[in-house]
Amino acid sequence: MDKKLEPIVKAVQEKFGATFEEFRDEVHLFVKPEQIVEALTLMRDEQNFELLSALTAVDYYPQEAPRFHVIYQLTSVAKNLSVQIRMPVNGSSPKVPTMTGVYSVGVWRERELLDMFGIEFEGHPDPRRILSPEDMEGHPLRKDFPLGYEEPQFTFNFDEIGSLKPFAKE
Amino acid sequence: MSQIEEVSIAKFKHLVSERALTGETMLLNMGPQHPSTHGVLRLLLELDGEVIVNCIPDVGFLHTGIEKNMEAKTYQKAEVMTDRLDYMNPLGNNLAYCMAVEKLVDLDVPARAQGLRVLLVELQRIASHLVWLGTSGLDLAAMSMFMYCFREREQILDIFELVSGQRMMTTYFRPGGVWRDVPVEFEKAVRDFTSIFSKRIDEYEKLLTKNPLFIDRTVGLGKLDASVALSFGVTGPPLRASGVDWDLRKARPYMGYEQYDFNVPVLKDGDVYARYLVRIQELRESLKIVDQALNKLPLGPVRSANRKFVPPPRSEIGVDMEALIHHFKLWTEGFSAPKASIYSAIESPRGELGVFLEGDGGPKPYRIHMRTPSFDNLSVLSQIVKGHLVADLVAILSSIDIVLGDIDR
Amino acid sequence: MGVEQKLGNMGVVTTTLESVVNWGRTNAMWPMLFGLACCAIEMMSAQAANYDMSRFGMEIMRASPRQSDLMIVAGRVSKKMGPVLRRLYDQMPEPKWVIAMGDCASCGGVFNNYAIFQGVDEVVPVDVFVAGCPPRPEALIHGVMTIHEKVKGESFKQYAEKYK
Repeated sequence: MDKKLEPIVKAVQEKFGATFEEFRDEVHLFVKPEQIVEALTLMRDEQNFELLSALTAVDYYPQEAPRFHVIYQLTSVAKNLSVQIRMPVNGSSPKVPTMTGVYSVGVWRERELLDMFGIEFEGHPDPRRILSPEDMEGHPLRKDFPLGYEEPQFTFNFDEIGSLKPFAKE
Repeated sequence: MSQIEEVSIAKFKHLVSERALTGETMLLNMGPQHPSTHGVLRLLLELDGEVIVNCIPDVGFLHTGIEKNMEAKTYQKAEVMTDRLDYMNPLGNNLAYCMAVEKLVDLDVPARAQGLRVLLVELQRIASHLVWLGTSGLDLAAMSMFMYCFREREQILDIFELVSGQRMMTTYFRPGGVWRDVPVEFEKAVRDFTSIFSKRIDEYEKLLTKNPLFIDRTVGLGKLDASVALSFGVTGPPLRASGVDWDLRKARPYMGYEQYDFNVPVLKDGDVYARYLVRIQELRESLKIVDQALNKLPLGPVRSANRKFVPPPRSEIGVDMEALIHHFKLWTEGFSAPKASIYSAIESPRGELGVFLEGDGGPKPYRIHMRTPSFDNLSVLSQIVKGHLVADLVAILSSIDIVLGDIDR
Repeated sequence: MGVEQKLGNMGVVTTTLESVVNWGRTNAMWPMLFGLACCAIEMMSAQAANYDMSRFGMEIMRASPRQSDLMIVAGRVSKKMGPVLRRLYDQMPEPKWVIAMGDCASCGGVFNNYAIFQGVDEVVPVDVFVAGCPPRPEALIHGVMTIHEKVKGESFKQYAEKYK
């Protein structure tokens, strides 16, 4: 772990009882959903992490508790440091507090998570789908959502696939 | 196929001002098919006369499902998807992805491969900025810029074609090095380019930098404050034009960027003109790096000797049983990565291009997320266009330099 | 006497109305300025100085579908874009032609997944497919020349049957 990162990790650990993991010099702090807004505010105001580089999630289907990890990748421009905060979330239709008040980048990134994973952010100013069509069902990046593979058309199955394909009319 | 649905204003009630509900201001739809949205971006504008009151971007018209599709492929095969992500910067995407895989499995990259990667990525940065310069010139009615910029870009694409056989979607970088060594004509081709390009930048500047028409349409427009930019996750040239000195090539050098002597242009104004100047200076800095990288390019292998991850050369397969086994294993099953996650980022022409990669011990990525710079850079648009004229929106949008493939993924 | 005298020594050309109309259509075929993804950049290259598509009477890219004859679907078409693409096609005046440029527009390309139409011929009828990912500008120009050949072979009878 980077020497400069140690006091920061210690501060978060003491305040929120967070555990941490380390892999290839990267630090992952585990924070509970009810503490996340407070933790991010602390990171921004006291530890100079002014940039939220990435906000994403991982689906651990069929595991239910926790099913998702929401990942906040924080960057400090002033100190040139990075730290990752992971928020384990239980259940298939989770509701977690929004952090749009801390980092404005969350307005779009949380919409993306709502769209792709179906994680609802309570208190989000604009909870709509962002990338998929509005009338789409399901959340594509969940592991139980099929990829939607269609069999390619080759010479040997040209007619068979062609008869199934919905060709457009004039 | 679903039909286009009629949308009532109730859906956007929380995003527009109250005057829109009474019909006092007008809602205007710009895009998805519009010549100056640089792709298939839809902007819903609330206008008071010609002044923009609110701007609601609607993205996703190019949503490709790249992240989901990469999860279904092995680490080697998933790389072709990254090319098509930010299609102005395919080699940069390859680099970001390869660096993430190399970090996850702990794979070394030989010095020559590192030098080649830096050289080609900087050429790609020049090509990307040239497309930006040409198209934003078009948006501001400087038609000839487009012709000049694409002339030089073709020269760079010829270099890419020389090394990889493809003009745009090269997939030239592979985990552990590059596909194969460059041909002998490579050095001359790059020198031909670097010898003329500095003069060409002067030509572009003569056309635009002090052009009163251009200055009138750019200075003071779309002011972006540094704190707002950071809060919205804006990176790259828009952030540096707002006075924040943040370039991952300098802050966290990768691929040996610390060996090269270059500056990071930073300006204070944060308007369209400042973003233009930052990119023009970046062209010069990239040219410097290309020159140095070519002079310093060491000899040696271009791929790692770690046979667990990098397939052996063709010559070994015929004589070495073990090489044949490795080759067979790598191209049928692929290599396995540990059950862990990493985040690695590079400085793309548009900002921080990060890759979040999580392995599950198998040959396929369990989850891959591309942190694409355009997505966050565009989200700040609604903040900086308020109070400007519709005609200026075009200039502000092009100064952010978005690529829709980068946003929608 | 008559027409020969008036024309001086310019001569007389006899032709059919069909060929004159088709000749006119091929030499002023205006494409729609409409790029979707990577292929759009190669389409821009084809318009720019090195390849210069205007040699074939195609220099004017119209930004409005109502003024264009040819739709070049340059890139992948997502499920969200499909209805928009169809509406643009419906807005184009007859006669109109479509080029599916690149692998994604032709058959889905590398993106065989939930988000992308596996071939734009599910949305609009396509006349010419151009292979490549992305196709080189020469390939696009060849696609355009192929569509010119197709137009030259069309007859009024076909039109009459098509729009009956």
